[in-house]
Amino acid sequence: MESLNIEGSAKTPTIKFEPTTGKLLIRGRSIPENSIEFYKPLVDKLEEYAGSPQSSTNVDIQLEYFNTSSSKCILDVFKKLEAINAGSSEVVINWHYEEDDEDMLEAGEDYQAIINVPFKMVEMEEE
Amino acid sequence: MNLDIYDFYEKMEKSNIMLSFKGEVTSELLTSILQIMENKMENLEESPKLRRKVYNILVECLQNLYHHIDHEKNGSAVDAPNKSAVFMIRKDGEAYFIITGNYIEANKIDLLKGKLEKINSLTKDELKEYYKEVLNNGEMSDKGGGGLGMIDIARKSGQKLDFNFLPVNNNFSFFSLNIKVSPN
Repeated sequence: MESLNIEGSAKTPTIKFEPTTGKLLIRGRSIPENSIEFYKPLVDKLEEYAGSPQSSTNVDIQLEYFNTSSSKCILDVFKKLEAINAGSSEVVINWHYEEDDEDMLEAGEDYQAIINVPFKMVEMEEE
Repeated sequence: MNLDIYDFYEKMEKSNIMLSFKGEVTSELLTSILQIMENKMENLEESPKLRRKVYNILVECLQNLYHHIDHEKNGSAVDAPNKSAVFMIRKDGEAYFIITGNYIEANKIDLLKGKLEKINSLTKDELKEYYKEVLNNGEMSDKGGGGLGMIDIARKSGQKLDFNFLPVNNNFSFFSLNIKVSPN
Protein backbone atom coordinates (compact mmCIF):
# COMPACT_ATOMS: atom_id res chain seq x y z
CA MET A 1 0.00 0.00 0.00
CA GLU A 2 1.47 3.30 -1.07
CA SER A 3 1.80 6.37 1.09
CA LEU A 4 -0.28 9.48 0.51
CA ASN A 5 1.44 12.83 0.15
CA ILE A 6 -0.51 16.01 -0.56
CA GLU A 7 1.39 19.26 -0.52
CA GLY A 8 -0.25 22.18 1.26
CA SER A 9 -1.52 25.33 -0.43
CA ALA A 10 -3.01 28.68 0.67
CA LYS A 11 -6.35 26.98 1.28
CA THR A 12 -5.51 23.31 1.79
CA PRO A 13 -3.35 21.49 4.33
CA THR A 14 -0.35 19.23 3.91
CA ILE A 15 -1.42 15.61 4.27
CA LYS A 16 1.02 12.77 4.86
CA PHE A 17 -0.11 9.24 5.47
CA GLU A 18 2.34 6.36 5.73
CA PRO A 19 0.48 3.03 5.91
CA THR A 20 3.68 1.08 6.69
CA THR A 21 4.17 2.99 9.96
CA GLY A 22 0.55 3.97 10.67
CA LYS A 23 1.36 7.68 10.84
CA LEU A 24 -1.01 10.37 9.60
CA LEU A 25 -0.33 14.11 9.61
CA ILE A 26 -2.70 16.91 8.63
CA ARG A 27 -1.05 20.31 8.96
CA GLY A 28 -1.79 23.88 7.85
CA ARG A 29 -4.97 25.57 6.69
CA SER A 30 -8.06 23.80 5.56
CA ILE A 31 -10.38 26.36 4.02
CA PRO A 32 -11.22 25.12 0.50
CA GLU A 33 -14.61 25.94 -1.01
CA ASN A 34 -15.02 22.29 -1.92
CA SER A 35 -13.59 20.15 0.84
CA ILE A 36 -15.32 16.86 -0.08
CA GLU A 37 -13.23 16.69 -3.23
CA PHE A 38 -10.06 17.56 -1.34
CA TYR A 39 -10.48 14.98 1.44
CA LYS A 40 -11.69 12.12 -0.77
CA PRO A 41 -8.20 10.63 -1.44
CA LEU A 42 -7.50 10.49 2.30
CA VAL A 43 -10.89 8.99 3.18
CA ASP A 44 -10.41 6.35 0.44
CA LYS A 45 -6.87 5.61 1.63
CA LEU A 46 -8.01 5.09 5.23
CA GLU A 47 -10.77 2.79 4.00
CA GLU A 48 -8.10 0.69 2.30
CA TYR A 49 -5.78 0.87 5.34
CA ALA A 50 -8.60 -0.35 7.62
CA GLY A 51 -8.30 -3.75 5.94
CA SER A 52 -4.78 -4.36 7.27
CA PRO A 53 -3.73 -1.63 9.72
CA GLN A 54 -0.58 -1.43 11.87
CA SER A 55 -0.90 -2.38 15.55
CA SER A 56 -0.92 1.33 16.38
CA THR A 57 -2.01 4.34 14.34
CA ASN A 58 -0.75 7.76 15.30
CA VAL A 59 -2.56 10.83 14.05
CA ASP A 60 -1.32 14.41 14.28
CA ILE A 61 -3.80 17.17 13.51
CA GLN A 62 -2.04 20.51 13.41
CA LEU A 63 -4.46 22.95 11.87
CA GLU A 64 -4.09 26.70 11.93
CA TYR A 65 -7.55 27.36 10.46
CA PHE A 66 -10.34 25.20 9.17
CA ASN A 67 -13.70 26.17 7.71
CA THR A 68 -17.05 24.52 8.46
CA SER A 69 -16.99 22.79 5.10
CA SER A 70 -13.77 21.05 6.18
CA SER A 71 -15.14 20.28 9.63
CA LYS A 72 -17.55 17.71 8.17
CA CYS A 73 -14.77 16.09 6.16
CA ILE A 74 -12.47 15.98 9.19
CA LEU A 75 -15.30 14.22 11.03
CA ASP A 76 -15.48 11.69 8.16
CA VAL A 77 -11.74 11.08 8.53
CA PHE A 78 -12.18 10.61 12.29
CA LYS A 79 -15.06 8.19 11.74
CA LYS A 80 -12.76 6.05 9.60
CA LEU A 81 -10.20 6.18 12.40
CA GLU A 82 -12.89 5.23 14.91
CA ALA A 83 -13.64 2.10 12.87
CA ILE A 84 -9.90 1.29 12.68
CA ASN A 85 -9.61 1.77 16.46
CA ALA A 86 -12.58 -0.55 17.01
CA GLY A 87 -10.69 -3.14 14.95
CA SER A 88 -7.11 -4.34 15.42
CA SER A 89 -5.22 -1.03 15.64
CA GLU A 90 -4.85 1.30 18.60
CA VAL A 91 -5.49 4.82 17.37
CA VAL A 92 -4.44 8.06 19.06
CA ILE A 93 -5.40 11.49 17.74
CA ASN A 94 -3.05 14.27 18.79
CA TRP A 95 -4.97 17.54 18.42
CA HIS A 96 -2.55 20.46 18.31
CA TYR A 97 -3.52 24.06 19.11
CA GLU A 98 -1.62 27.27 19.73
CA GLU A 99 -1.40 28.25 23.37
CA ASP A 100 -4.06 31.00 23.37
CA ASP A 101 -6.26 29.54 20.65
CA GLU A 102 -9.32 28.61 22.72
CA ASP A 103 -11.49 28.18 19.62
CA MET A 104 -9.13 25.52 18.23
CA LEU A 105 -8.95 23.72 21.58
CA GLU A 106 -12.74 23.79 21.78
CA ALA A 107 -13.03 22.45 18.23
CA GLY A 108 -10.84 19.51 19.27
CA GLU A 109 -13.03 18.91 22.31
CA ASP A 110 -16.13 18.94 20.09
CA TYR A 111 -14.65 16.07 18.04
CA GLN A 112 -13.50 14.29 21.19
CA ALA A 113 -17.12 14.30 22.41
CA ILE A 114 -18.38 12.74 19.17
CA ILE A 115 -15.63 10.27 18.25
CA ASN A 116 -14.77 7.20 20.29
CA VAL A 117 -10.96 7.40 19.91
CA PRO A 118 -8.45 8.62 22.53
CA PHE A 119 -7.57 12.29 21.95
CA LYS A 120 -4.52 14.10 23.27
CA MET A 121 -4.74 17.88 23.36
CA VAL A 122 -1.29 19.24 22.57
CA GLU A 123 -0.57 22.89 23.32
CA MET A 124 2.01 24.50 21.04
CA GLU A 125 3.95 27.65 21.82
CA GLU A 126 3.35 30.69 19.66
CA GLU A 127 5.94 31.01 16.91
CA MET B 1 -25.64 59.25 -14.36
CA ASN B 2 -22.88 61.37 -13.00
CA LEU B 3 -20.96 59.23 -10.55
CA ASP B 4 -19.34 61.19 -7.79
CA ILE B 5 -16.34 59.11 -6.86
CA TYR B 6 -15.21 61.57 -4.21
CA ASP B 7 -18.58 61.22 -2.51
CA PHE B 8 -18.07 57.44 -2.44
CA TYR B 9 -14.59 57.88 -1.08
CA GLU B 10 -15.67 60.25 1.68
CA LYS B 11 -18.52 58.02 2.80
CA MET B 12 -16.19 55.03 2.95
CA GLU B 13 -13.55 57.03 4.76
CA LYS B 14 -16.07 58.27 7.35
CA SER B 15 -17.36 54.73 7.89
CA ASN B 16 -13.82 53.42 8.40
CA ILE B 17 -14.11 50.97 5.52
CA MET B 18 -10.87 48.98 5.22
CA LEU B 19 -11.93 47.02 2.21
CA SER B 20 -15.00 46.74 0.05
CA PHE B 21 -16.01 44.70 -2.95
CA LYS B 22 -19.00 44.42 -5.23
CA GLY B 23 -19.17 41.84 -7.97
CA GLU B 24 -18.99 38.15 -8.63
CA VAL B 25 -17.41 36.16 -5.82
CA THR B 26 -14.86 33.65 -7.10
CA SER B 27 -12.49 31.28 -5.36
CA GLU B 28 -9.48 33.34 -6.53
CA LEU B 29 -11.06 36.53 -5.19
CA LEU B 30 -11.50 34.94 -1.75
CA THR B 31 -7.86 33.85 -1.70
CA SER B 32 -6.76 37.42 -2.46
CA ILE B 33 -9.12 39.07 0.02
CA LEU B 34 -8.02 36.77 2.83
CA GLN B 35 -4.36 37.47 2.03
CA ILE B 36 -4.97 41.24 2.01
CA MET B 37 -6.82 41.15 5.35
CA GLU B 38 -4.11 39.02 6.95
CA ASN B 39 -1.51 41.57 5.89
CA LYS B 40 -3.58 44.52 7.06
CA MET B 41 -4.18 43.00 10.47
CA GLU B 42 -0.51 42.16 10.80
CA ASN B 43 0.43 45.75 9.95
CA LEU B 44 -2.06 46.99 12.54
CA GLU B 45 -0.39 44.64 15.03
CA GLU B 46 -3.66 43.08 16.10
CA SER B 47 -3.40 40.29 18.67
CA PRO B 48 -3.14 36.74 17.25
CA LYS B 49 -6.46 35.98 18.94
CA LEU B 50 -8.36 38.79 17.21
CA ARG B 51 -6.64 38.03 13.90
CA ARG B 52 -7.73 34.42 14.08
CA LYS B 53 -11.32 35.34 14.95
CA VAL B 54 -11.64 37.88 12.14
CA TYR B 55 -10.01 35.47 9.67
CA ASN B 56 -12.23 32.53 10.62
CA ILE B 57 -15.43 34.55 10.50
CA LEU B 58 -14.40 36.20 7.25
CA VAL B 59 -13.81 32.78 5.65
CA GLU B 60 -17.32 31.65 6.62
CA CYS B 61 -19.01 34.90 5.53
CA LEU B 62 -17.24 34.98 2.17
CA GLN B 63 -17.78 31.31 1.46
CA ASN B 64 -21.47 31.78 2.23
CA LEU B 65 -21.49 34.38 -0.54
CA TYR B 66 -19.53 32.08 -2.83
CA HIS B 67 -21.98 29.19 -2.36
CA HIS B 68 -25.31 30.92 -1.93
CA ILE B 69 -25.74 33.89 -4.23
CA ASP B 70 -29.08 33.43 -5.95
CA HIS B 71 -29.61 34.97 -9.35
CA GLU B 72 -32.15 34.87 -12.13
CA LYS B 73 -31.64 32.02 -14.55
CA ASN B 74 -31.43 32.78 -18.26
CA GLY B 75 -34.62 33.81 -19.97
CA SER B 76 -36.45 34.96 -16.88
CA ALA B 77 -37.93 38.28 -15.89
CA VAL B 78 -36.56 41.68 -16.73
CA ASP B 79 -35.12 43.71 -13.86
CA ALA B 80 -33.38 40.53 -12.80
CA PRO B 81 -30.65 40.93 -10.23
CA ASN B 82 -27.31 39.61 -11.43
CA LYS B 83 -24.98 37.16 -9.80
CA SER B 84 -23.07 39.56 -7.67
CA ALA B 85 -22.69 40.35 -4.02
CA VAL B 86 -21.27 43.08 -1.86
CA PHE B 87 -19.10 42.95 1.21
CA MET B 88 -17.31 45.44 3.37
CA ILE B 89 -14.90 45.19 6.22
CA ARG B 90 -14.69 48.12 8.58
CA LYS B 91 -12.92 48.81 11.80
CA ASP B 92 -14.51 50.94 14.47
CA GLY B 93 -12.45 51.41 17.59
CA GLU B 94 -11.12 48.00 18.54
CA ALA B 95 -13.81 46.03 16.76
CA TYR B 96 -14.03 44.73 13.22
CA PHE B 97 -17.30 44.61 11.32
CA ILE B 98 -17.89 42.23 8.43
CA ILE B 99 -20.91 43.21 6.36
CA THR B 100 -22.22 41.13 3.48
CA GLY B 101 -25.16 41.48 1.11
CA ASN B 102 -26.53 39.16 -1.55
CA TYR B 103 -29.74 38.34 -3.37
CA ILE B 104 -31.87 35.49 -2.10
CA GLU B 105 -34.89 33.91 -3.75
CA ALA B 106 -38.08 34.86 -1.90
CA ASN B 107 -39.10 31.24 -1.41
CA LYS B 108 -35.89 30.49 0.54
CA ILE B 109 -36.27 33.31 3.04
CA ASP B 110 -38.46 31.52 5.58
CA LEU B 111 -36.05 28.61 5.89
CA LEU B 112 -32.98 30.82 6.34
CA LYS B 113 -34.79 33.21 8.68
CA GLY B 114 -35.93 30.26 10.79
CA LYS B 115 -32.34 28.98 11.09
CA LEU B 116 -30.96 32.40 12.00
CA GLU B 117 -33.69 33.01 14.59
CA LYS B 118 -33.04 29.61 16.12
CA ILE B 119 -29.30 30.37 16.37
CA ASN B 120 -30.07 33.73 17.99
CA SER B 121 -32.34 32.10 20.57
CA LEU B 122 -29.57 29.83 21.90
CA THR B 123 -27.11 30.44 24.73
CA LYS B 124 -23.35 29.87 24.28
CA ASP B 125 -23.56 26.31 25.64
CA GLU B 126 -26.66 25.50 23.61
CA LEU B 127 -24.89 26.73 20.48
CA LYS B 128 -21.99 24.38 21.18
CA GLU B 129 -24.41 21.45 21.50
CA TYR B 130 -26.31 22.52 18.37
CA TYR B 131 -23.03 22.75 16.43
CA LYS B 132 -22.08 19.21 17.43
CA GLU B 133 -25.56 17.94 16.58
CA VAL B 134 -25.51 19.45 13.08
CA LEU B 135 -21.89 18.38 12.57
CA ASN B 136 -22.63 14.79 13.49
CA ASN B 137 -26.14 14.31 12.15
CA GLY B 138 -26.65 17.04 9.60
CA GLU B 139 -26.72 16.17 5.97
CA MET B 140 -23.77 17.40 3.96
CA SER B 141 -24.94 19.49 1.04
CA ASP B 142 -23.22 19.07 -2.33
CA LYS B 143 -21.57 22.38 -1.58
CA GLY B 144 -20.10 20.92 1.56
CA GLY B 145 -21.48 23.48 3.97
CA GLY B 146 -24.25 21.59 5.63
CA GLY B 147 -25.57 24.54 7.61
CA LEU B 148 -22.68 24.90 10.04
CA GLY B 149 -21.42 28.27 8.79
CA MET B 150 -23.91 30.52 10.55
CA ILE B 151 -23.64 28.55 13.81
CA ASP B 152 -19.87 28.89 13.64
CA ILE B 153 -20.09 32.64 12.97
CA ALA B 154 -22.37 33.07 15.99
CA ARG B 155 -20.09 30.96 18.20
CA LYS B 156 -16.83 32.61 17.21
CA SER B 157 -18.16 36.18 17.27
CA GLY B 158 -20.02 35.62 20.54
CA GLN B 159 -22.77 37.91 19.21
CA LYS B 160 -26.33 37.53 18.01
CA LEU B 161 -26.53 37.47 14.22
CA ASP B 162 -27.62 40.88 12.94
CA PHE B 163 -29.44 40.27 9.66
CA ASN B 164 -32.05 41.79 7.37
CA PHE B 165 -34.11 40.81 4.33
CA LEU B 166 -34.99 43.70 2.02
CA PRO B 167 -37.63 42.86 -0.62
CA VAL B 168 -36.36 43.82 -4.10
CA ASN B 169 -39.09 42.44 -6.34
CA ASN B 170 -41.63 39.59 -6.29
CA ASN B 171 -38.95 36.94 -6.67
CA PHE B 172 -35.96 38.28 -4.79
CA SER B 173 -34.92 39.92 -1.58
CA PHE B 174 -31.55 41.32 -0.59
CA PHE B 175 -30.11 39.51 2.42
CA SER B 176 -27.62 41.34 4.58
CA LEU B 177 -25.54 40.26 7.53
CA ASN B 178 -23.54 42.48 9.87
CA ILE B 179 -21.06 40.71 12.14
CA LYS B 180 -19.13 42.41 14.91
CA VAL B 181 -15.85 40.86 15.97
CA SER B 182 -14.42 42.27 19.19
CA PRO B 183 -11.07 41.54 20.82
CA ASN B 184 -12.82 40.27 23.97
